[in-house]
Amino acid sequence: MSKKTGEVILDLQSISLRFGGVKALTDISFDVREHEIRAIIGPNGAGKSSMLNVINGVYHPQEGVIIFRGQERKRMEPHQAATQGIARTFQNIALFKGMSVLDNIMTGRITRMKASFIEHALWLGRAKREELEHRKKVEEVIDFLEIQHIRRIPVGRLPYGLQKRVELGRALAAEPSMLLLDEPMAGMNVEEKQDMCRFILDVNDQFGTTIVLIEHDMGVVMDISDRVVVLDYGKKIGDGLPDDVKNNEDVITAYLGVSH
Amino acid sequence: MLYREAGQFKTSYAADQQLFPIRQDRIGILILLAVVFLVIPGVAGDYWFSAILIPFLIFSLAALGLNILTGYAGQLSLGSAAFMAVGAYAAYNFQLRIDGIPILVSFVCAGLTAAGIGILFGLPSLWIKGFYLAVATLAAQFFIVWCLTKFPWLSNYSSSGVISTQPLIIFGHAFTSPQEKYLLVLTIVAVMALAAKNMVRSSTGRAWMAVRDMDVAASVIGIRLMPVKLLAFAVSSFYCGVAGALYAFCYLGSVEPDGFSLDMSFRILFMIIIGGVGSILGSFLGAAFILLLPVFLDIALPWAARLLGLPFSSATVSHIQVLVFGALIMFFLIVEPHGLARLWQITKEKLRLWPFPH
Repeated sequence: MSKKTGEVILDLQSISLRFGGVKALTDISFDVREHEIRAIIGPNGAGKSSMLNVINGVYHPQEGVIIFRGQERKRMEPHQAATQGIARTFQNIALFKGMSVLDNIMTGRITRMKASFIEHALWLGRAKREELEHRKKVEEVIDFLEIQHIRRIPVGRLPYGLQKRVELGRALAAEPSMLLLDEPMAGMNVEEKQDMCRFILDVNDQFGTTIVLIEHDMGVVMDISDRVVVLDYGKKIGDGLPDDVKNNEDVITAYLGVSH
Repeated sequence: MLYREAGQFKTSYAADQQLFPIRQDRIGILILLAVVFLVIPGVAGDYWFSAILIPFLIFSLAALGLNILTGYAGQLSLGSAAFMAVGAYAAYNFQLRIDGIPILVSFVCAGLTAAGIGILFGLPSLWIKGFYLAVATLAAQFFIVWCLTKFPWLSNYSSSGVISTQPLIIFGHAFTSPQEKYLLVLTIVAVMALAAKNMVRSSTGRAWMAVRDMDVAASVIGIRLMPVKLLAFAVSSFYCGVAGALYAFCYLGSVEPDGFSLDMSFRILFMIIIGGVGSILGSFLGAAFILLLPVFLDIALPWAARLLGLPFSSATVSHIQVLVFGALIMFFLIVEPHGLARLWQITKEKLRLWPFPH
């Protein structure tokens, strides 16, 4: 790919994460550069989702250092990661089922809304103004993802592919500098996958958002990502350009097994 | 044909986000307000005011409070009556102990007192959820009622904790007749309902609903769970507290701690379940159903029995009344588990297309 990737903005150094006696991640180090699409791949249970959970503060690793934008952080709560500009989607859709598409995406901008509940109750100047300003931004996201026709529908009633798209919308509404996508294309048909790929590439291209992506569809991964990390049983077994990873012995063994 | 929004184009987000975006709804609500503020005070009798309308409004407010906590923020609570008791006793004590405090100020202070205690009993919600939280709020129910009986200072050393409320005087005008009390309660309830609606349609409400629907996702997009949950407890208890103060001052005139029993908390919970969990309108519909249906059956059943010539004694009729009431609750829950508010919404959607099927 010809596009320029920038400085390292996220640096993970020897991360280890345990749940009791289970080692989810062991001594994993890799970095993410600005503007790149970084894929994390690996067989089921390799620790990919745990890795994302470590990055945005849902899990706290026992060992290791995380440096985000030059700042080392020890222990961080998810909402702090959100205010620093890290947004994410989930493997199993985690939308707010009882709310409309519009409200779900509006919720994505919550860290930028400053009015207090008393201003909301009285519907005073700032509360009203904020609703309108952020609505405008949210409508841009809705236009971008081409979901204008469903904005009033409660997300629980939408088909799976659209729910995935709305979830991406909620993450985008926060205008994140880094976007973590956990299997954004799982369970989609070819057409939906193509749409989703296009959105991911457009987000990366137009907004300059750095993307960390977990995906099982190797065709997609090799096509859109700039660099790939391969995990297996909580250990890193490969890291590099898509083509290098494809030909890596360990990776082939992990995916296909060894011939006896 | 009557309820169609075709031709009403929105050209700004402000127009799209207003309280009632559809013109027919705006006209409807204006008519409703005109009726309850201008027509009803002229035509209803004292019995209607003091036995039906005032308690209906007060319980609607309490149900609204519980709906904010349970329906919007998803925190199940069984302590609503106790927070009403806090409001009633706090308003009484503010009136008693602070010279010349205006009655409305003491109502607000009563709400704030209830809010403070609500936050305290909301703390367990930071660690436990669902039914386990409901059990924790049961503690509030029993503890508060016990406190009010145990510490005679709170009821100014009256026997068995009974308090008789001070006269309702606002700006030198004494609210004594049921009609005046009705208008006072109506105004307070209308203002608080509007405030609640504003909260739930803004980011405060979205944060509550986000916590209700998926708390992990809520925290990942930047919502801090602790303040959001505690705010829901505070606002909910504030509403219940004001409802309690009105219950004592405008409805009964004298109350005792045991009046605010678990039974009453359950009735408020039933109101929001029947009316619609997570709906402002539902709180009113549910209160109407639970409070007014028995009154209606009281009148309708003996009349029906006479009409059909059935030899029912009045005791039998009151048994049948309980049966019919229970059956109707079950019927509504089976037909529409999301409550009367959902039925109303479906009706509106149907009306938009009527008389065409699609």
